[in-house]
Amino acid sequence: MMFKKFNLNHYINYIVIGILTVVLSVITMTGGRLDSSLLFLLEKIAISIILAVSLSLVVGFLGELSLGHAGFMCVGAYIGGKVAALLEDSLGNGLPTFLIALLVGGGVAAVCGIIIGIPALRLRGDYLAIVTLAFGEIVKSLFQNTSDETFGGALGLPTPRFDKKYLFIIAFVLVLITLAVVQNFIRSKHGRAVTAIRDNEIAARASGINVTKYKLLAFTLSATFAGIAGVLYSFSNYTVQSAKFGYNYSIEILVMVVLGGMGSINGSIIAAALITFLNTKLATVLTGDLAVLQNLLYALILIVIVIYNNAPALKSFRDRYSLSVLWKKLIRRKHDPATHKDDEAKWDVVPTKIEMNEVLSIDVVPPEAKGNTGNGGDD
Amino acid sequence: MELFLSTLINGLSLGGIYAMIALGYTMVYGIAKMLNFAHGDIIMVGGYIIYVFMALNNPLLAIFMAVVGCVLLGILIEKVAYKPLRGASPLAVLITAIGVSYLLQSLAQIIFGSANKMVTVYDFGSVTILGVPMQVSALVTLGVTVVVMAALTLFIKYTRLGRAMIAVSEDKGAAQLMGINVNGIITITFAIGSALAALAGLFYLLKAPSISSTLGAMPGIKAFTAAVIGGIGSIPGAMLGGILLGMVECISYKITAIAPYTDAIEFSILIIILLVRPTGFLGKKRREKV
Repeated sequence: MMFKKFNLNHYINYIVIGILTVVLSVITMTGGRLDSSLLFLLEKIAISIILAVSLSLVVGFLGELSLGHAGFMCVGAYIGGKVAALLEDSLGNGLPTFLIALLVGGGVAAVCGIIIGIPALRLRGDYLAIVTLAFGEIVKSLFQNTSDETFGGALGLPTPRFDKKYLFIIAFVLVLITLAVVQNFIRSKHGRAVTAIRDNEIAARASGINVTKYKLLAFTLSATFAGIAGVLYSFSNYTVQSAKFGYNYSIEILVMVVLGGMGSINGSIIAAALITFLNTKLATVLTGDLAVLQNLLYALILIVIVIYNNAPALKSFRDRYSLSVLWKKLIRRKHDPATHKDDEAKWDVVPTKIEMNEVLSIDVVPPEAKGNTGNGGDD
Repeated sequence: MELFLSTLINGLSLGGIYAMIALGYTMVYGIAKMLNFAHGDIIMVGGYIIYVFMALNNPLLAIFMAVVGCVLLGILIEKVAYKPLRGASPLAVLITAIGVSYLLQSLAQIIFGSANKMVTVYDFGSVTILGVPMQVSALVTLGVTVVVMAALTLFIKYTRLGRAMIAVSEDKGAAQLMGINVNGIITITFAIGSALAALAGLFYLLKAPSISSTLGAMPGIKAFTAAVIGGIGSIPGAMLGGILLGMVECISYKITAIAPYTDAIEFSILIIILLVRPTGFLGKKRREKV
């Protein structure tokens, strides 16, 4: 068996979230008091992270747009909440009930994902966006018009409460599971196929990748986790109301993914936590007619960030001044000179760039290159 | 009979509105190859411009200002938000379009408040045809739609500008080599689409004299559905899809048992069409080339 080199970057998010969870759990379990609004905020952050990471799989890695992420969450919330309510009498309000609700809710969301994915993902173009948008509206109107006995109709479905004190621990364990599944999927053979489809669908098809299969796989996985986030939501709130899971909520999740940077899981996590935190703070500040300022902020985030990150005219500017480039420069300065990749790259270019008379007059080997180990390839 | 006739006329006039919006979607999609999510919200802006200028009590001026305002807005959006992204991935353009749509909605809500505004553009009254009382505005909507569709079809078929549009939608690079100003054509397409959206806004106000910041959101989505059903990129397809969707909606509202699920039914039709005939009724199948 071969051991791969341990890459801290691959595990940093597990470590940070894991430590955070353990610390907060220890505080709660040893009788320390966490404010109930803080606990609720933690649950909401966990739900947002699961949603953003799963949407990032579709938007960032598959390169398709899903506008019905809240719809899948809605399915999960209603089905999970209903299952929990039915099991409450026989199994009680504990972990078994929660796990069964989680499986059923996630499963039904996955089935919905397949049903929606089959017509939309066979086609190229923006069809997935419009079909998922339609799906979100269909789900909303179906649950809104149910009778009071089945899913509570317009008033919403009352859900059994899980022990408030410990729910956030389970929520963060679910976040870790989501991360593990999504990240391993992306780094697997399947994930490479998915990113190959994003970069060039025709080339991927020509290389023997079953495009529809991999698209469907990624999309269904994303829908499943949206459903799981929904089940978590139904346990964290007293009622599930379909009006909550509209188009605006889907956009909010999209804003998290775009703000975090498309194709960056860690970015999605940070943005999800940030936006959820901001939402809670803004909700107390911006009341009444001012609440719309929040939507204005989201709209501006979407437009400005996407244009900045994608406009062909801004490419040279991005290459010099983008956050990731600056960050890399900052980190590299602290490392030993052997990892100065910039210099290695320059050394390859030097002979073709310099003038003939310079070649005659000076030594072309740059002084830094002499200290190098000499294997010009990057990692 | 009475029910049938009134449903037919209502369905056709609603379908006309959808067709009008779908036409804007289809033209922009055909030429700029992008789904302009903000199109529905231009309807709403048109409605608010009419509301503002109706303070002068001159319907024709209000309608004229709405058309001009929407055309300018459409061009502005294209220049500021979409043009920098030409050549970028379609996903980026789509997300920006959603951002623009969201921006217009929230700006409208900031300026005009979240409460509905009431405005009566012109009261056509009602007329009795074959013993059935009917809103004249529905007939006007239908008539104007048919005239606009015919004019647009003739424009695209027989004028230099229209043919240049067809050329750009077929092949941008080749069109440019033939001396067509591709950027100019895209701007003109956005202008025409926005003008149609302004008219759709007017028709909505004729149908029900109330306006809010989300007026255009749902019709926009439905009109896109109509464009896909009829075949995206096809002008008669937009008309057919729009009328079909309008009829389905009106019939569904008349049947009490399924009335609450009307939206769900319409979107289910979209999903079924995509399963059975992805190019829509009148769309052309394009082969993908490297």
